[in-house]
Amino acid sequence: MNVIDLAWWELAIAASMVVALAITSTLARLNVGKPILIAAARTVIQLSLIGLVLEALFAVGSFHWVALMATVMLLVAGREVMARQKHRLTGGWAFGIGTVSMFISGFTVTILTLTVVIGPDPWYTPQYAIPLLGMLLGNTMTGVALSLDRLTEAVWRQRAVIENRLMLGQSWQDAIGDFRREAMRSGMMPMINSMAAAGIVSLPGMMTGQILGGSPPSVAVKYQILVMFTITVGSGFGAIVAVSAGSRRLFDERERLRIDRLSSARA
Amino acid sequence: MALTIHALSIGALKDIDLIVQPGEIVCLSGESGSGKSRFLRAIADLEPHEGEVHLGKTNRCDFPAHEWRKRVMLVPAESQWWADAVKDHFCKPMPQALASLGFGEGAMDWSVARLSSGEKQRLAAARALSCGPEALLLDEPTANLDDDNTEQFERWISEEIARTAMPVIWVAHDEAQMKRVGNRHFRIKGDHLEPVT
Repeated sequence: MNVIDLAWWELAIAASMVVALAITSTLARLNVGKPILIAAARTVIQLSLIGLVLEALFAVGSFHWVALMATVMLLVAGREVMARQKHRLTGGWAFGIGTVSMFISGFTVTILTLTVVIGPDPWYTPQYAIPLLGMLLGNTMTGVALSLDRLTEAVWRQRAVIENRLMLGQSWQDAIGDFRREAMRSGMMPMINSMAAAGIVSLPGMMTGQILGGSPPSVAVKYQILVMFTITVGSGFGAIVAVSAGSRRLFDERERLRIDRLSSARA
Repeated sequence: MALTIHALSIGALKDIDLIVQPGEIVCLSGESGSGKSRFLRAIADLEPHEGEVHLGKTNRCDFPAHEWRKRVMLVPAESQWWADAVKDHFCKPMPQALASLGFGEGAMDWSVARLSSGEKQRLAAARALSCGPEALLLDEPTANLDDDNTEQFERWISEEIARTAMPVIWVAHDEAQMKRVGNRHFRIKGDHLEPVT
């Protein structure tokens, strides 16, 4: 297979377009210039580093290193979920709930997919395990972060409604039910949308990458379907665990709404 | 059934003891910020606090929390409406109550968006009674009502209370109103309740 390697100066052209975008948005006073540049710089640094790490990991291929890598990815994803919430559960719960729900859904789905569906030998072969886990965690993270953020935000703004429903004798599940459904919906929407639009509106990133990398489209398509299903399942179960645990934590054993367990908005 | 509050502490209030007899209306007043609303919230078990509350002989802890609140119902000063239609908030239709409160037929089908603050306040009381409480905690229930509506509301709620023999704690600030509806009157003074004669 012939893969055209990209030279660094060719990437620099793409980077200059990002800079142009940042400058334009700053001139238009839209205040996203700085975050764009910071995120772009992070992409370059993180991906370059991970390239080195992956080359080393593929060369070694031992279970311990794969497991260590997976743990680091999970913890970073947990931190990211926490950082994306405006009102977070205090006392480590924001990190804990996010991380545990991603662990439960992301790791289960990855391991199941590796052992049952793809079946490389050994099952933790890093060339399969790490990209699959990465894709899953990345999307599960989005689902969990969106749903938790929506949940805590809604509870924060609508606490009077929830308390009034409690006053009328509703159980905590009923009192927060609307907000749980809303949170679940917003966590799942990105995946539902991208499944619905896949192939028609958008060519999914992984498939594009694989085709650019020289795979036949028919193989790329099968892997893409597999990945989208696993991502949907992963982020779906992740969001379910996160929303259930998060909303439970917002009430105590006497079904009182404990808004004091949420931090106030960051400046 | 009587509502018995024993050694309740919340915020500035310490060790409050109060027994409200069936059908009795105990009025409670105090400067703003003295903790009237929080006192009611504590009885309804909406905030962590210390102390015990009994309804009749049953301890609050023996009920699941939502069962307790269904029995000992707090009607807040500012009611919240989450569904589209008024009727979606009621446990059962209350045609007589709405008529007594001056609402015409069809009020149940109104959209919540068109309710004025006074209408919300009166409907919130009717909504609370539609769920069949056994004790009532009213937080300034006539704050948004004009004189006519206040009088209408007092007449209706007094009849309901007499009929159902509910113990009631009524937070108010209008002396005349407390004289009209209350059997006893307490004022919050620092950390305790002071009887007003």
